[in-house]
Amino acid sequence: MEVRVDQLSKAYGGFHAVEDVSFRIGSGKLAGLLGPSGSGKTTILRMLAGLEQPSSGDVYFDGRRMNDVRPQQRGIGFVFQNYALFRHMTVADNIAFGLAVQRKSRTDIRRKVEELLELTGLAGLGSRLPHQLSGGQRQRVAFARALAPEPGLLLLDEPFAAIDAKIRKELRAWLKETIGRLGITSLFVTHDQEEAVEVADEIVILHRGRLEQHGTPEAIYREPQSPFVAGFIGESTIVPDASSLRGFEEEAEHHQGLIRPEYVELFKTNRPPAVRSAAEEGVVRRQFFRGSFWEVEVEAAGAQLTVHRPLEQEPLEPGEPVHVLIHRVYLFRGGTGRMAENRRKTDPMPVYL
Amino acid sequence: MASIALGPAAESRETPAHLNEPAWVRVLLIGLAVLFLTLILLVPLAAVFAEAFKKGAAVYLQSLTSKDALAAIRLTLAVAAIAVPLNVLFGVSAAWAVTKFRFRGKQLFLTLTDLPFAVSPVIAGLVFILLFGSRGWLGPFLAEHDLKIVFALPGIVLSTLFVTFPFVARELIPLMEAQGKDEEEAAVSLGAGGWRVFFRVTLPGIKWGLLYGIILCNARAMGEFGAVSVVSGHIRGRTNTLPLHVEILYNEYQFAAAFAAASLLVLLALVTLAVKSFVEWRHRRHADALAARERQGALREEAAWR
Repeated sequence: MEVRVDQLSKAYGGFHAVEDVSFRIGSGKLAGLLGPSGSGKTTILRMLAGLEQPSSGDVYFDGRRMNDVRPQQRGIGFVFQNYALFRHMTVADNIAFGLAVQRKSRTDIRRKVEELLELTGLAGLGSRLPHQLSGGQRQRVAFARALAPEPGLLLLDEPFAAIDAKIRKELRAWLKETIGRLGITSLFVTHDQEEAVEVADEIVILHRGRLEQHGTPEAIYREPQSPFVAGFIGESTIVPDASSLRGFEEEAEHHQGLIRPEYVELFKTNRPPAVRSAAEEGVVRRQFFRGSFWEVEVEAAGAQLTVHRPLEQEPLEPGEPVHVLIHRVYLFRGGTGRMAENRRKTDPMPVYL
Repeated sequence: MASIALGPAAESRETPAHLNEPAWVRVLLIGLAVLFLTLILLVPLAAVFAEAFKKGAAVYLQSLTSKDALAAIRLTLAVAAIAVPLNVLFGVSAAWAVTKFRFRGKQLFLTLTDLPFAVSPVIAGLVFILLFGSRGWLGPFLAEHDLKIVFALPGIVLSTLFVTFPFVARELIPLMEAQGKDEEEAAVSLGAGGWRVFFRVTLPGIKWGLLYGIILCNARAMGEFGAVSVVSGHIRGRTNTLPLHVEILYNEYQFAAAFAAASLLVLLALVTLAVKSFVEWRHRRHADALAARERQGALREEAAWR
């Protein structure tokens, strides 16, 4: 099912939870609604489900306007943040609920429930009550229950928020694979950018009820269209005046600069870079061991930059002076941005007047 | 009674001396409480039965099986049988509306629900006299159509309804508030209509609270005196409920008979309390079992981790 949202807004009194949001999710896609808390992502999800009525704007499923369709008739599956399992019903009864509503025959229901228990790795747990399950298992029951009536659209509200870090990783991979196999259009809400990047085919980034950017995780990472998106996705430092950086003097005038760890390289003073004039002088402030690399905080050009340094390179000491080569900077001005390369690196003898 | 809960770590029953009051303080406070309970509750309770049986079991039985006494018992049961189900219906719908939906005037509605707690029962009775009495607003209309409300069963039921109005709703609202509406929303997203959501999802979750509310409502419906006294007219054998019957007998100096009838009401109260305790115990045991399983679930999860 294709989902289209057109100039959707929701206001509570004077507070605008969602403002003028439009996007389209293609059939069979797995999309993430990403934003900090209070950005309106759950409100959008609930409006898609019909649990909340838009103040203005429209919701279309496969081109059909859904605003006046009751939630029961929308053909959606909803996985709630705390799962909202029916606590007095067994796992099997929970999964069978939507099928019983459709007045399916008893044998059909039993077969479908078995099938879903198998699919979600819950075989043999059908007669348990929800409180007898672990968090991860409950999440799978919620998922199975939402899938049972074969919805055209699956909506998931912070599906991994209440699960241990380790199990969460496994569940993410499992969910992505399962949804991909079933080919069901899915939208999930998350505040965790890492989760969105890892799971979603495409990401819709929201900030204060407005849509900031919509695209594939890669496109959003490479070409953020606003400082908010740039700061929210991936690690980065924002430099207020990018023209103060060596190698970006002309190009970056009146631009803010975004610097990610992988844009920067550090050199010990006894092993300077090939083009010395392209590098800033800096001082190592702190250093953290991150398992497969060192995370180094250096102070250079009046900014605190984070750099990843491979373990095989010579270790640094806090307080040690270093050459800081900034290979590229993402430049912003207003709502647009572009990538700029260090000029001095390619032109070893720049002429300055 | 004097011990302080120290959380799950404090398994031993004895409170360590440094956390306890000196012995004489404990004896004094406990003594005061016991004395108070004895004077206010136990002695009067015993007195009821002592007075009732003063002239022997034969008189006791006779006064309970007299024509008027039986009529009073029948009327009391009839009033409760009508008022309690109506209030359950109202209480459940009110709690459902208040906790699962947003609407204008919700706060006003909640305040109105509490009104019977705030108003004296006598006033509740008077209101119905003013409305339906022969000189009341609707009096002429009722007389014309030969309908009797005041000084008859409908009046008694109405005033009992008024007085017991908040019992079920007030019991359910905090409970349903705490449970939230996630499960209902989940049921709706799975295609279930309103009735199915209520009977399959909401009702099983509130059944213990509802039962508790019904017990309290019933106790009050059978024991109500003030409001019923105003509208009943005290017609012996016809509009006398059990509490009114006690008063009449007492005013006529038939103490043994009065206390015999009173002892029935006391028994009703004791049975109510017993049932209430049983319900609470069942409910707590249910909740404890849930909590225990929850803990086991957490342990299992931890085990799965390793």
